[in-house]
Amino acid sequence: MTAQAPSHEDAHEAHHGHSHGHEAGHGSFKSYMTGFVLSVILTAIPFWLVMADVLDSKAATAAAVMIIGAVQIVVHMIYFLHMNTKSEGGWTIMALIFTLVIVVIALSGSLWVMHHLNANMMTMSPEMMKNLP
Amino acid sequence: MSNTKIDTSEKPQFFLEEDHHVESSTNLGFWLYLMSDCLIFAVLFATYAVVGRNYAAGPSPADLFELPLVAVNTAMLLLSSITYGFAMLQMERNAKAETLFWLAITGVFGAVFIGLEIYEFVNLIHEGAGPQRSAFLSAFFTLVGTHGLHVTFGIIWLITLMVQVSMHGLIAENKRRLMCLSMFWHFLDVVWIGVFSFVYLIGVVG
Repeated sequence: MTAQAPSHEDAHEAHHGHSHGHEAGHGSFKSYMTGFVLSVILTAIPFWLVMADVLDSKAATAAAVMIIGAVQIVVHMIYFLHMNTKSEGGWTIMALIFTLVIVVIALSGSLWVMHHLNANMMTMSPEMMKNLP
Repeated sequence: MSNTKIDTSEKPQFFLEEDHHVESSTNLGFWLYLMSDCLIFAVLFATYAVVGRNYAAGPSPADLFELPLVAVNTAMLLLSSITYGFAMLQMERNAKAETLFWLAITGVFGAVFIGLEIYEFVNLIHEGAGPQRSAFLSAFFTLVGTHGLHVTFGIIWLITLMVQVSMHGLIAENKRRLMCLSMFWHFLDVVWIGVFSFVYLIGVVG
């Protein structure tokens, strides 16, 4: 019992140390290929959905494309950019989270404000649009 | 006795940490640059999201975009990402010739990507769908053009590093530079995921 517990602990420690050092640098051939295969699949699906017109609803197709795109971005972050919560003592992930907060504010804020501006504009008839300068 | 022991064990720890910090600061600094670049693309995406439907009675994405061309373009950039990954793996093995070989392949894929994008832009302008036609096209050319400009500078950087590696070998400085370009190159692929999903595919869906 006492002999087994430290050996388990050691194995865990060694494995942890190895994986950390590995990911802080670059990737392995296997991790690059995993990322590549996942990316090919996640690229092919949205192109197939749109080009073959698989789903009847346009909104469902658009939502599927956006969700698969977001998943592919995460795949690239992990397998190609080697993101994890430990690299640089957690500062890269903190910078990423901060950036994402700013991006969400900029995107949703722009859309929200501009949508309301559009909604409050005078409606234009097709004739008026044609006669635009 | 125990007090002096603690003192001596604390000092080396402090210096070790400082050393580690200096060594890794380039990666963190470059990552912060990429995040600020990410903000540039975020505002361009926001602009496209706001005005992307203002066609000014002109052509819409469904009229203009050729998805097979975009699919080939996407494949080029994805292939260049994996070949850059292979270059990094060869760099870790200190294999200079193989590293240069994979870097050259990456550069070729990048050049094909840029070539196809220029072909697409020239076609659009030739059809009268240039950036001055509508707000949608202005935003489209700005967003996709900025990405293309990034890839162009990435290729210039890549060629510069190939010359550096062939002249000085895989020294520590060149490895650091290759690591930074690796992050830059993969980051551009991430941005392209947003472009082909949000601009091309959703544009064609309508």
